[in-house]
Amino acid sequence: MARKASTQRKVLVTAIAWTIAFLIFFPILWTILMSFKSEGDAIKAPFDMLMSPWSFESYAEVQTRSNYSRHFMNSVVISLGSTLLALVIAIPAAWAMAFVPGRRTKDILMWMLSTKMMPAVGVLIPMYLIFRDFGLLDTRTGLVVVLTLINLPIVVWMLYTYFKEIPGEILEAARMDGANLRSEIIYVLTPMAVPGIASTLLLNVILAWNEAFWTLQLTTSAAAPLTQFIASYSSPEGLFYAKLSAASTMAIAPILILGWFSQKQLVRGLTFGAVK
Amino acid sequence: MGKITLRNVTKKFGDVAVIPALNLDIENGEFVVFVGPSGCGKSTLLRLIAGLEDTTDGSILIDGADATDTPPAKRGLAMVFQSYALYPHMSVRKNISFPLKMAGVDPAEATRKVDNAAKVLNLTSYLDRKPGQLSGGQRQRVAIGRAIVREPKAFLFDEPLSNLDAALRVNMRLEITELHQTLKTTMIYVTHDQVEAMTMADKIVVLNAGRIEQVGSPLTLYRNPANVFVAGFIGSPKMNLITGPEAEKRGATTIGIRPEHIDLSTTAGEWQGEVGVSEHLGSDTFLHVHVPGMPTLTVRAGGEYGVHHGDRIFLTPQADKMHRFGADGKAM
Amino acid sequence: MATQHSRTAARLMISPAVILLLLWMIVPLSMTLYFSFLRYNLLMPGMETWAGFDNYYYFLTDPAFFSALSNTIILVVGVLLITVIGGVALALLLDQPFWGQGVVRVLVIAPFFVMPTVSALVWKNMFMNPVNGMFAHIAKALGLQPFDFLSHAPLASIILIVAWQWLPFATLILLTALQSLDREQQEAAEMDGASVFARFIYLTVPHLTRAVTVVVLIQTIFLLGVFAEILVTTNGGPGTASTNITYLVYAQSLLNYDVGGGSAGGIVAVILANIVAIFLMRMIGKNLDA
Repeated sequence: MARKASTQRKVLVTAIAWTIAFLIFFPILWTILMSFKSEGDAIKAPFDMLMSPWSFESYAEVQTRSNYSRHFMNSVVISLGSTLLALVIAIPAAWAMAFVPGRRTKDILMWMLSTKMMPAVGVLIPMYLIFRDFGLLDTRTGLVVVLTLINLPIVVWMLYTYFKEIPGEILEAARMDGANLRSEIIYVLTPMAVPGIASTLLLNVILAWNEAFWTLQLTTSAAAPLTQFIASYSSPEGLFYAKLSAASTMAIAPILILGWFSQKQLVRGLTFGAVK
Repeated sequence: MGKITLRNVTKKFGDVAVIPALNLDIENGEFVVFVGPSGCGKSTLLRLIAGLEDTTDGSILIDGADATDTPPAKRGLAMVFQSYALYPHMSVRKNISFPLKMAGVDPAEATRKVDNAAKVLNLTSYLDRKPGQLSGGQRQRVAIGRAIVREPKAFLFDEPLSNLDAALRVNMRLEITELHQTLKTTMIYVTHDQVEAMTMADKIVVLNAGRIEQVGSPLTLYRNPANVFVAGFIGSPKMNLITGPEAEKRGATTIGIRPEHIDLSTTAGEWQGEVGVSEHLGSDTFLHVHVPGMPTLTVRAGGEYGVHHGDRIFLTPQADKMHRFGADGKAM
Repeated sequence: MATQHSRTAARLMISPAVILLLLWMIVPLSMTLYFSFLRYNLLMPGMETWAGFDNYYYFLTDPAFFSALSNTIILVVGVLLITVIGGVALALLLDQPFWGQGVVRVLVIAPFFVMPTVSALVWKNMFMNPVNGMFAHIAKALGLQPFDFLSHAPLASIILIVAWQWLPFATLILLTALQSLDREQQEAAEMDGASVFARFIYLTVPHLTRAVTVVVLIQTIFLLGVFAEILVTTNGGPGTASTNITYLVYAQSLLNYDVGGGSAGGIVAVILANIVAIFLMRMIGKNLDA
């Protein structure tokens, strides 16, 4: 818009927007602040807590008492592993559907999406029994498999919408320029697809990292990712605010940072391309 | 060399024959323009020659050798696409040298060729930019550069100027024509713009519904259109086509007379009419004249011809420039 | 480009994904269906007997089912109302020009990236705790009696927590939709003499309708499955005051070891989710060609 909003109005909007943003962000901010306090100071009234001395003791204690780094590694392995596995399965499928569309392509895509609509409780018991019988309970492998399956439709869809945007004429140009299928894929298709694949990876890691149904049902300790680890603070450790805050901060910080980078793709991925 | 021969080339999508059996000879070094309304099959025909579409039937010969089943990469042709189809992730230099890299040309040799092409196309100072940072005209030049470097047997252009603005289009038109005169390589050019066809072509192929209506030099098509379709399609403004009693009087179903072949008078003439809109272009004036019993006639007058809306005017068609068409639409 | 050869290759490339999802769909779901007709308790393996529709009868007539069903509906509708109304308002606000748009956007979106167990525990302990929580401190400072949110208003508290997580999602999608609004169309309407209000009603609202529909349907799918938030805050209690269908099925099968009853509940949940899914699929299917 060429017209300028009046400065007065802009000041007002700025004030309101910042206030609301602060309120929405406050629980996260408060958690981060509290994680740098001692246990005794953390339960003080808000103002006294804020004024109390800063310390790192909660972080040290979270690590020594419950082996934070193991759960962190579990989260990394499970979210990254399931995402990479899903990508390996989904890239060829999405590529084929985007560039060699057939009569049933649309039906297949819709059907894949429909599997995502199945509520997890609908298959809780069989999955639990299968996991128990195959010795997969509380293993990273088991969770990687389940998270791959539940996120596969989203991965296929996201890749499909990205691949669709690569103009067919460019691939034809490559063919006219003398490229065979191999060089077409290496020099033209892959470089153009990489941004889409990267954002799909990012979004899927976030989704897998925060998944809190199967991770809670199928793990207890050895393979427990951060979701389960934090859930163990439910009681009575939850009353140790500083430690809970330190553990929470460590659990959300990596994904918060990743998430901020992927806002744009998030909308697209989660709405299956319906809103861009 | 770049002689291309189409023998009974047919293309069907499902049961729909987009191109029913078609024959065409394109001589080495010719500038051939495929022209026709949208949906006439001209782009499909070009893509068949390129190898981007499979022919349903018939054969395509390039320099006498059957290339019908040769993949596009092996046909030795270069194509400039409507959307330019530049590789967005490569610099201009990499874009232009891509076909050379695919052909396994020695890098030093490739650099020399790219520099040459860039000089010809005025792209030297843009070689390190990405296509996204170029204007439409510059992108078009890069696409042409990419086609030139591989020294193809023939260039294929698919409506290459339709994304450019009017002034740029005229410029590029000249540049491509000049390029053809320098390289003397066969060029096949698809457009829906008959002005492009007339100004650039050695040979125009007028297509309609997948069929060739007429093949010939621009002036042949202008002087002797084979049928009503070609008569109406070639020439700007369009030829006046008149049916009814006026045509029957001359023993035809349709008669055609170009705007520039009608003499004007304010006192006497064969047809009498009333001036409607007059378009002043400076060099010419086009009058739209309402004559009873005929469609609105377009008439070319001199640049400063002084008539006004509503004026009475007399028109006389030049008899030797009159075209007569029979009931089948063919010229008589 | 679509030659016979490439079609065969395409089919080969698609099949791993299709086969895996097909297995994932069919195998466990048919097992659930089978179990739902059995009298089957995990503590007594090998004692399974055919139960016909008994499990469904018991599950559907259990008072807990009705409270879980109404809790589910209240939870879903409550969160939807808060997030859609709040999301539209926030999106309209953030679409205005102001200083620091980037930072505000980042702050607003943040709760969506917080894992459910963390957000539930942070709210439960640090804000809603009746002794040391932030709200208790504020109440005491104002001379009021601290309110024990999770005991006295468990469902409302959970709605608040879940809404906090999903408000950013709604806002982000609605904001994206707003930003794709055609400026020329707005200007054309202005030239046609439409007031700010008229432009909002006739142009902005219809434009947002699709985005709102998408938000409602996608959130519904996720909200029907809310689980972690309940598990770590109230455990479905007190009584069944904050038990939803998902939690009820979990409690039935893995806490009471009643596989048959839990399976029947699972099938009921699948049916409920499918009713919602049909609408969503139609809607996305329509947009697929656009």
